[in-house]
Amino acid sequence: MADVVLEHLRKKFGDLEAVKDLTLKVEDGRFVCFLGPSGCGKTTTLRMIVGLEKQDRGDIYVGGKLVNDLNPSERDIAMVFQFYAMYPGATVRENLAFPLEQQKLPNEEIRRRVKETAEVLRIDGLLDKVATKLTSGEKQRVAIGRAIIRRPQVYLMDEPLSNLDAGLRAVMRVELKRLQHELKQTMIYVTHDQLEGMTMADKIAVMNEGSVLQYDTPETIYRRPTNLFVAGFVGTPTMNMIDCSLVRSDGDLSLDFAGFKIGLPPNVAKYLAENLSTSELTLGIRPQDIGISEVKTMYDSVEASVDVRELVGDRIIVDARVDGITLQVESDRRLSVEVGQKVWLSIDKERMHIFETKGGTLIV
Amino acid sequence: MAEVRFENVTKIVGGKKFADNVSFDIRDREFVSILGEPGSGKSMVLRMIAGLERPDSGNIYIGDRNVNDLRPAERNVAMVFQSFALYPHKTVYENLTFPLFKRAMSKEEIDKRVRSIAEMLRISHVLEKRPALLSGGERQRVAIGRAIVRNSDALLMDEPLSNLDAKLRLHMRAELRKIQKEIGQTAIFTTADEVEALSIADRICVYREGSIVQFDAPEAIYDRPNSLYVAQMVGRPQMNFVDGTIRFKDGRSQFVSSNFTTDLSTSGPTPPADKEVVLGIRPSDTRVSTREVNGGFQCEVYVAEFVGSEAILDIKIGDQLLRARVPVSVKAEIGDKLWVKFDESRIHIFDKGTASAIQ
Repeated sequence: MADVVLEHLRKKFGDLEAVKDLTLKVEDGRFVCFLGPSGCGKTTTLRMIVGLEKQDRGDIYVGGKLVNDLNPSERDIAMVFQFYAMYPGATVRENLAFPLEQQKLPNEEIRRRVKETAEVLRIDGLLDKVATKLTSGEKQRVAIGRAIIRRPQVYLMDEPLSNLDAGLRAVMRVELKRLQHELKQTMIYVTHDQLEGMTMADKIAVMNEGSVLQYDTPETIYRRPTNLFVAGFVGTPTMNMIDCSLVRSDGDLSLDFAGFKIGLPPNVAKYLAENLSTSELTLGIRPQDIGISEVKTMYDSVEASVDVRELVGDRIIVDARVDGITLQVESDRRLSVEVGQKVWLSIDKERMHIFETKGGTLIV
Repeated sequence: MAEVRFENVTKIVGGKKFADNVSFDIRDREFVSILGEPGSGKSMVLRMIAGLERPDSGNIYIGDRNVNDLRPAERNVAMVFQSFALYPHKTVYENLTFPLFKRAMSKEEIDKRVRSIAEMLRISHVLEKRPALLSGGERQRVAIGRAIVRNSDALLMDEPLSNLDAKLRLHMRAELRKIQKEIGQTAIFTTADEVEALSIADRICVYREGSIVQFDAPEAIYDRPNSLYVAQMVGRPQMNFVDGTIRFKDGRSQFVSSNFTTDLSTSGPTPPADKEVVLGIRPSDTRVSTREVNGGFQCEVYVAEFVGSEAILDIKIGDQLLRARVPVSVKAEIGDKLWVKFDESRIHIFDKGTASAIQ
């Protein structure tokens, strides 16, 4: 068991700054996810932690110990890759036992640990099967088993589910989360899939272009994204982003765009008036936070026309057009709207986010 | 514009049935999705409509014409392939005009038609560019443009969105539906993605091993799957399934499993007593509460998954694992004891032997 501390990590590949001055602490026993698009530096960071890449600058501590100059095998970290590395001709039992035989543990101990690990991963019925005969879900479990059987201080996983089909991925998500809960060991998990990050992690580090943009619990990342990138990366359908401007009339401030005129609560208006250096703002509002109905329900509802209506299980996603802009709205399926129909939209002011368009920083 | 009709079509290649006495009727201007796993034979259905493959037996009609003996070019259908297949050395404009040159159309007519389609597909600004310089979404729209510029009777699309990245796919889903409604052509597309099928199509043809399992509107497919296969295939998170038997008590039928017993709805057909069945209930119809509820069961949280606007709870009744969709206001942690109740009217009962829906 150990925490992992990264201090001012930097890594360049030629001219490309893969990781830029990254500082972050993964607390002991936590499940942390590095989330970002490909090329954001998440895998490079992971490879530096395990020791497969050497950072240009900065320090890595595992369990309080500086590991900068240690070989991967000396760091007491296990890594599970996207592609399950296994000995194809060997049985599951042999595959699991191998890392322990390398450590020259007594046979009795090896037998006991293979049994325990297989039970945790529910592959105890497969121990005598040859690896090539397994389904992809079973293979993934064995690969994870090979990592956890060594009882390292920290587990690192690089997109371990990306080769599985959607159904199996959903099952394995649950299993991995449960496994981490039972092992209570530090786990760092890399993915580009925001759903995996949201559903499994205790904390998510959202990365882009070599930097961590926000490091927080999934709820906070979703509810209070601190910048436009995070806001757009997390949540489906994607948050609506609308260019708007701040308008002052009779001393009241409002946000204006298309037909909307959104009056701001006094405290927000005051904050904006005092702190705003720019008038170019982006309003972010999630599709779930826009009310939609066939009749006008709020004094500031705005009329829109339905461009597209998509059924997604028991929900619908409506593309509603107002004055040249399109807003996506998620609603209950029972709302009967057809393409071309007029609807009324209202924005939940408690749930809107205002960003500076330039730079993308959250204002309120 | 036309209907597309299959009449007892069979196609077997190397012993594998791609179509086994398949009949269906696709209406004029309808947007139909053929939903099936890889290898189900769904692409073969498209290829037979296009005339790229010949059925072993049966008849294919486009409009009121039997097209069995017509060559692809004579059928007046357009096909969009997964890989877009654009001419790399031609501009977008040239790619779009190309299908029209064989027609008796004046240069002005062609130009007018191409520009109006480009506008509808929002590719007017890239007409002078070559395909290599376009984004994935633009390339996809050009490929669709090339197919619809000919004004064919039916537009066929083989997994049109599968080569796009996740974000773009979401966007193009809505676009495709909009475009199809605007051009008003009968359109058929294949997909392995149930979300795509549900969101785009007017009707879905669930296809498996050369046969139609269910052909229905998306709502019907989702609400009343006719078999375990369809129930498993459609809806995420997947429907929960529990093995058990049917019993009668006080004039009501009940579902009995090793972990719980629940009353069944009194409306609809009643399954016979002692029948081996599978109960199906969607996570959104699995209600979870922190307080004891009448007719509910105690359960334990196995894993809680936050998904943004809602949460998925994986719960255990005894050793039965089930998933429930709950609002984020339900705060639950691993190991918490909760109560769960099923929405009776939303319970599905399948025959375990035949895998067909009973209720």
